[in-house]
Amino acid sequence: MNFHYSAAHLIGALVLLLGFQLLYQRRIAAVIRSFAVQAAALALAAAWQAYIQDSPHLYITAAIALVFKAMIVPFALNWLVVRLGIHKTVETALGIGPTMMIGVALVALSIVLVLPVTQNASALTRENLALAMSVVLLGLLMMITRRNAVSQVVGFMALENGLILAAVGVKGMPLVVEMSIAFSVLVAMILFGIFFYRIRERFDSLDLHYLESFRGER
Amino acid sequence: MTPVGLILGTPLLAALVLAWITDYRLSSALNLLASLITFGASLFLFGVRIPDSLWLFVDDFNIYLVVLTAFVGLTTSLFSVGYIAREKAEGHLTARHLRFYHAMYQGFLFTMLLALLANNLGVMWVAIEGATLTTVLMVSLYRTRESIEAAWKYFILCSVGIALALFGIILIYLAAQPAMGPGPEAMAWTEVLRAAGRFEPALMSLAFVFLLVGYGTKAGLAPLHAWLPDAHAEGPTPISAVLSGLLLNVALYALLRFKMILTANGAALDPGPLLIGMGLTSLLLAGFMLYRRNDIKRLFAYSSIEHMGIITFAFGMGGAVANFAGLLHMTMHSLAKSAIFFAVGIISQIAGTKKIADIRGLTVSHPLLGWSFLVAVAAIAGLPPLGIFMSEFLVVSSTFARQPWLAVPLLIGLLVAFGALILKLTGLAFGPPSIGASQRYHPLALAPLFGHVALVAVAGIWLPEPLLRWFQIVARLLG
Repeated sequence: MNFHYSAAHLIGALVLLLGFQLLYQRRIAAVIRSFAVQAAALALAAAWQAYIQDSPHLYITAAIALVFKAMIVPFALNWLVVRLGIHKTVETALGIGPTMMIGVALVALSIVLVLPVTQNASALTRENLALAMSVVLLGLLMMITRRNAVSQVVGFMALENGLILAAVGVKGMPLVVEMSIAFSVLVAMILFGIFFYRIRERFDSLDLHYLESFRGER
Repeated sequence: MTPVGLILGTPLLAALVLAWITDYRLSSALNLLASLITFGASLFLFGVRIPDSLWLFVDDFNIYLVVLTAFVGLTTSLFSVGYIAREKAEGHLTARHLRFYHAMYQGFLFTMLLALLANNLGVMWVAIEGATLTTVLMVSLYRTRESIEAAWKYFILCSVGIALALFGIILIYLAAQPAMGPGPEAMAWTEVLRAAGRFEPALMSLAFVFLLVGYGTKAGLAPLHAWLPDAHAEGPTPISAVLSGLLLNVALYALLRFKMILTANGAALDPGPLLIGMGLTSLLLAGFMLYRRNDIKRLFAYSSIEHMGIITFAFGMGGAVANFAGLLHMTMHSLAKSAIFFAVGIISQIAGTKKIADIRGLTVSHPLLGWSFLVAVAAIAGLPPLGIFMSEFLVVSSTFARQPWLAVPLLIGLLVAFGALILKLTGLAFGPPSIGASQRYHPLALAPLFGHVALVAVAGIWLPEPLLRWFQIVARLLG
């Protein structure tokens, strides 16, 4: 039991650490690579939970994470970057330093929020949930602070990694596989949308030329 | 086959068939037929009570929303026949777009009805996610820069919303686990509600915050409403009608289901103040924003935010009268707002513009259209004796009775929005006409508009006894 707990904790912390790594990358290729590693770590977490909870259906979630998110999606993203001639550097709306500080504060926030309210759950569930919520909030932070559509989408997928981490950590949660499939469809659609509509930048009122061309009072 | 099977099966099957039909006349007729069958089947729910399963169920609350959804789905598909034919003739849409449009329309109805009928919280979530996917594709149908921006914004914001809602569902499941153990029962709404008293209250409070942000985004509550005006303005008008008339209701329905679980628990955070706060913010923000709109579809999109605010406020107040008012307002808003979008669709087609300043004197150039549009806008603004006046009156009077201070911002919001709509309406309806009387529209296109306006007008004066009793039952159910 003790080893089960430690290993699950370690893998969960690895996913969180990779969430931080996503925040400080300056090149798109590195962001995509970090995301692929995070997805692989998530696959490991799901497979480990499948083993210790003895729930074989979680192996499917692990397989989806490994094949779709750690391999197909990064490949597709790299292809999109080349094909659409997207800038190779990450444009941030907020500096790397402050972003990391906020990230640390968000992790502290999720620990403060989650641990007191889950006193009756097992230690494994509680800490897994705190880690997962941190990953979710870091993904959200990444979406807010990035300008490029691609790194924003990576932020969304990192957020979703946190959700799957939370779902696999709760014992006996039904429909986990269905949810990861539903998310995969969503992500596939987003990637398709980027390609089809050639979205390079995220649309944002912060960009002045957008403001001039058609924002304002309508 | 049970009515539930027919209600869910028809749109799903129709979506699959319509994806392969290239002749748009045939596909819009089939679209109408499928919506008619769905509506017909939904009426059977009144007669036959379906035993609840762990996956699907029918109760007093969702039955009325299922019928309303199927009805607005039907009238919108009727309106869509004329609208689409004109867009096709003017070359805004190609046959390939339309194949896609009809398949997605039925796909959207399927996801809406599934979300309403689902007993499993996870299935409801998947259905609402599916609704995002189908509507995003329809919003981007015109492929203009604006419509792609609108669709992208909608997609990203609502995907994040839906992701946070899922986190809330995971937390609810975790709160349920000590009392219910693992397995599908702990996700089935009917079972969860029965056992809610034994859940972890603190965990449920945390879950509700995520659910409120998640489903609140989808319901267009301020300050999470940014996607709504763009998505309404840039897509085809029938889609604006179903977005306002159906999707917002279903998102709010999902939120209310969770509110009922929290209320049943008792010890968890009281969702009321949160809903009241978000409702009032939406109402006041949208009310003031109405004054500065230049685009006719955007104007009514902001008005939808305003009305979702009123409905959320009413359910936040709780109690028999306010819940009754909320349910009535939900129904009236669906009918009146989709009627307005039907009219706006015709108006923007004959005027060739969506700019409010360029549309004048509708009652002079097109009396039938102009006057029915006028009645529909008067209804949405809350003029007596139309249906929305009645529900707004009930919300205000119950607030005065219980929390007089809250009635002040509520009344200010209502009056501000009322003033804005009447101000814009006088310009649109009266004065020297800007559209030549030679501009014609399909005569059938007005039928759904008349139908909705008549229902809203009648409901203001008289509600049939069974409907009244039924609203009261649901209002009590909501707590």
